[in-house]
Amino acid sequence: MKQGFPILAIVTALLLSFALYQALIVAPTEFTMGDVQRIFYYHVPSAWTAFLLFLINFVASVVYLIRRDPKADILALVSAEVGVVFCTVVLITGPIWARPVWGIWWTWDLRLTLTLVLWLIYVSYLMLRRFSTSSQTPKLAAVVAILGALDVPLVYFSIWFFRTQHPSPVIGGGGSLDPRMAHVLLINWAAFSCLAWLLCWTRYRLEVVTREVEESRSLESLLEGSR
Amino acid sequence: MKSIPYLYAAYIATWIIHGTYLGILVSKYSKLRREMKK
Repeated sequence: MKQGFPILAIVTALLLSFALYQALIVAPTEFTMGDVQRIFYYHVPSAWTAFLLFLINFVASVVYLIRRDPKADILALVSAEVGVVFCTVVLITGPIWARPVWGIWWTWDLRLTLTLVLWLIYVSYLMLRRFSTSSQTPKLAAVVAILGALDVPLVYFSIWFFRTQHPSPVIGGGGSLDPRMAHVLLINWAAFSCLAWLLCWTRYRLEVVTREVEESRSLESLLEGSR
Repeated sequence: MKSIPYLYAAYIATWIIHGTYLGILVSKYSKLRREMKK
């Protein structure tokens, strides 16, 4: 496992550089928006990656509630944390894209509001995990995660079923996308997925070691107390 | 052409967010290693 980490890090760095080149140089310039449309190659893959991570968080939380497996608990924590990072990217790049195109930074439109709510739910989840000292915290956090995951399909399908300021989906939603643009989009998604995997791997290892250190520390204090 | 700064701002913001998170992980890891050595 340890040998795979540097390989993944190198592959991710190469893929991200290639994806950046594709997004800025190779992808054709969009007719109406011009070059600012290239934000799309960071905004959309980040959103897809965040949704995927929240889905992993949901599955891991369900597994934890059924089996009480600490590995599932760690996976839930890690996927939520990295998911919040990617969701933050979506919430920052979206308004930067909206300003020159819509003329406003933000509007309380359904898609945008639900995405902000999604971010707030998972930030609350991480706060709960960080500051609650109860032994019931992982169980409680898993329940919050399952309820929070309900917002993911709402965010995704909000532009299918309601008229919003946000454009309709470019893939599978009736929108049309130049095949060259779709190609660059998929390369960027692959690159950001690799980055997410790398971040999750690092955070998972960190959490495992942290828990081991905390366990040995509490064992030491127990032994000292019994002397 | 007026919109180019927005494009760069979005890309730079993305890398600042990922870089900051990676920095936090690295600092936590080195702090943990120091504790383990003690």
